[in-house]
Amino acid sequence: MSLLDVRDLSVVFQRRGERPFTAVDKVSFTVEPGQTVGLVGESGCGKSVTSLAIMGLLPKRGNKVTGEVLFEGTDLLKLRPDDMRDRRGRDIGMIFQDPLSSLNPVIPIGVQVAEVLERHQGRERKQALREARELLDAVGIPDPDRRLKEYPHQISGGMRQRALIAIALACKPRLLIADEPTTALDVTIQAQILTLLKQLVDDTGTALIMITHDLGVVAGLCDTVNVLYGGKVVERARRHELFGQPRHPYTHGLLNSVPRLDSIRGERLHAIRGSVADNIPWTEGCAFAPRCDNVVDACLEGPPPLEPTATGGDLRCNNPVSEEVAVP
Amino acid sequence: MTEPTTQAGTPAPRRKDERPDRGNVTRLGDRKKARLEELAQASAGKGGVSLLRDALRRLRRNPAAIVGATIIALFVLVAIFAPLIAPHDPVQRFDELTSRLSADTIPGPSDGFPLGSDELGRDLLSRLIYGSRQTLFVGVFATLIGLAIGVLLGAIAGAFGGWVDNILMRVTDVMLALPALLLAITLVALASRSSQWTVILAVAIVNVPVFARLLRGSMLAQRESDHVLAARALGVKKRSIVLRHMLPNAMTAVIVQATLTLSVAIIEAASLSFLGLGDPDRDRAEWGAMLGDAGVRYFEVRPELAYYPALAIIVVALGFTLLGEAMREALDPKNRR
Ligand SMILES: Nc1ncnc2c1ncn2[C@@H]1O[C@H](COP(=O)(O)OP(=O)(O)O)[C@@H](O)[C@H]1O
Ligand code: SF4
Ligand SMILES: [Mg+2]
Repeated sequence: MSLLDVRDLSVVFQRRGERPFTAVDKVSFTVEPGQTVGLVGESGCGKSVTSLAIMGLLPKRGNKVTGEVLFEGTDLLKLRPDDMRDRRGRDIGMIFQDPLSSLNPVIPIGVQVAEVLERHQGRERKQALREARELLDAVGIPDPDRRLKEYPHQISGGMRQRALIAIALACKPRLLIADEPTTALDVTIQAQILTLLKQLVDDTGTALIMITHDLGVVAGLCDTVNVLYGGKVVERARRHELFGQPRHPYTHGLLNSVPRLDSIRGERLHAIRGSVADNIPWTEGCAFAPRCDNVVDACLEGPPPLEPTATGGDLRCNNPVSEEVAVP
Repeated sequence: MTEPTTQAGTPAPRRKDERPDRGNVTRLGDRKKARLEELAQASAGKGGVSLLRDALRRLRRNPAAIVGATIIALFVLVAIFAPLIAPHDPVQRFDELTSRLSADTIPGPSDGFPLGSDELGRDLLSRLIYGSRQTLFVGVFATLIGLAIGVLLGAIAGAFGGWVDNILMRVTDVMLALPALLLAITLVALASRSSQWTVILAVAIVNVPVFARLLRGSMLAQRESDHVLAARALGVKKRSIVLRHMLPNAMTAVIVQATLTLSVAIIEAASLSFLGLGDPDRDRAEWGAMLGDAGVRYFEVRPELAYYPALAIIVVALGFTLLGEAMREALDPKNRR
C-alpha cells in the first residue's frame, strides 16, 4: 500500500456570480514510504491548491474538492474535521514558501516548536522546550539555547526556514509537504536548505512531496517527478528518465530554460514562448497547444489522455518529443 | 454554460474579505469605517513585535511624534504631581481674592496667584493644574472601558464570523453613523443622575464600535495570514488559533487607535462638561466645566477664565492626536522605508 495515494483529485473554485474555475483537474499520483516526489510547474498551475487540498486546508466555502486522498488507506477527504486536525502536524507536516510570515511574530521560536509537541505528543512545556532545543540543533541552528528565546524577526531567513523545518518534523510525520521551501531565500541559502531537507528525509525515512517551479531543485532530490500544467499532470517520470529524456514539449521547454553547467558557452537559453495566459481550456484541447512547437491537429480537437510510457512513466501528449533527441 | 472550464491562464479573482456594505449608512459612518479598515489592514502583514519595533524606529525620526509625546509626558507628570506643583488648594476660597470680587471685576494676577482668581475667589492656576487629573482620569477610563468592550465584541465577531458577526457589525454601523457627541449627550441625558461616571461611560460607549470594528477587521486580515495557515497545518486547535495567533497580532492596530481615542475622549468629556452634562460637583476642577460655566458667564469680565482651560484642552488633545497620527503613519505599509 502506498503511503499517499491521490486519486482523481479535483478542486473547483466557485463563487456566486462567477464562472467556476478548475484549479486542479483529476490529478492522481502516489508517494511510497520514504520516497521523494516532485510536483513541478509554472506559477498558477495548481501546485499549492493541490497541497492544501491534501491537507484539508482550503477555505470552507467557495470551492469543491472531489476525488480521493488515501493516506495509508484512509481517505483524508472523508475524515471529520477534528480527526483531520489531529493528523496535521503529526502524520503530515508542511513547510511554506515564506519563512518569515509563516512564523507567529509574537511568539518566541522555542515556544513555537514546543507547542506542536505539546499539541500532538502531550508533552509538558518544560520537556517540550528541551526537545525543541534538540530539534533546533538537529536542523543546524547554531546556539540553539539563545534561539529558543528569540522572536522570528531576530533571526535570519535561512535560520527561520530551518526553524520551520524543525517544527514540521517535530512529531516525526511520515509525510512532509514542502511548498516552494527555498523560493524566498538567497541562492546560497537555498542549496543549504535543500541539502538539509535531503539529509533529514534520508535519516528519518520521511516521505517528501517537493513542490517547486524550479527543475533545478528537483534534480538533486526527487525520485519521481510529476509535471503539472493548467491543473493537470502532463508528464510523470522517474528523475533519470525525466532529465535524460523529457517527452512532453512543456517539460522539454522547462529543461531547456534551466541553465546547465555543461551547456555550450554562448548558447542561448530557450524560454518557452508565450505565457500561461495563452492557455486554452482543457475541454477544448491541449491547454499547452498555443505555446507548443509540436502542435498537431488532434491537439485542438479534445484533451489528450494521460497514457503510460515504455519507461514506466505517464505522458499526456499527442506528439511528444522523440526519444532519440537528447537534451542539448 | 455552467460547465467548469480549466484555464490556468486566467487567475480567478481571490475572495474579498468584505462583502460590500448595503446603502442607508450615512457618509459620516462610511468615512469612519474606511479609516478603520485602513488601519486594520496596515497591521495585517507582519503584526506584533517586529511591526511595533519598526514603527517605533520611524516614530523617533518624526518631529510630530516627538512633540506629541512630549506634550503627553508633561501632561501626565502635571496630573500625577498636581499636589506638589499647584501653589494652593484648588477648592479654597481666599479672602484676599473674594474681597476684591464684584459683579464686574474678577482679580487678575497678583502676588501668590500667578493667573489670578476664578469667579469664586479660588486660585485659577491651581484649579487648572488639578483639572489635568480629572481630564486624564476621564480620558483614560473612557478609553479603557471602550477598549475592553470593543475588543471583546470585535474578537467575538472576528473569531466566529457568520451571523454573530453580521448582527454585531450592523449594530456598530448604526452607532458609527450617529455623531459621537450626540450619542454621548443622549446617553448622559438618559442617566437619571449625572456624575463623572455617566460622562466616562457615555464616552466609552461611543468608542465601543470603533474598537470593535477595528479589531474585527484586523482579525479577518490575520485569518488570511500565512502564519495562521501554517498553524492550521500543524493541527493547532481553533481556540489557540484565535487566542494565540490572531488576537495578539491584531492588537497592534488597536493600540494605535487607543492613542487617537484618548484625544477624542478628552474633547468629548470636556464637551459634555461644557454643556453642563458632567459632574454636578462645582468644587471639582474640570477644564470643560471651567470653560462652559465661568468661562462663558464671565467672558466680558475676564476672558482668561475661558482662554486658559480652552488652551489646556486644545494642547493636550493636540498632543494625543499628533502622536496617534504619527503612529498610524509609521504603521502604514505604504510608508515603510
Ligand atoms: N482561494 C482561491 N480562490 C480562487 N482561486 C484560487 C484560490 N487559490 C488559488 N486559486 C487559483 O488557483 C490556481 C492555482 O493556484 P496555486 O495552486 O496557488 O498555483 P501554484 O502552482 O503557483 O501554487 C491559480 O490560478 C489561482 O488563481
Ligand atoms: S498534446 Fe499537442 S499541443 Fe499538447 S503538448 Fe502535446 S503536442 Fe503540444
Ligand atoms: Mg504556490
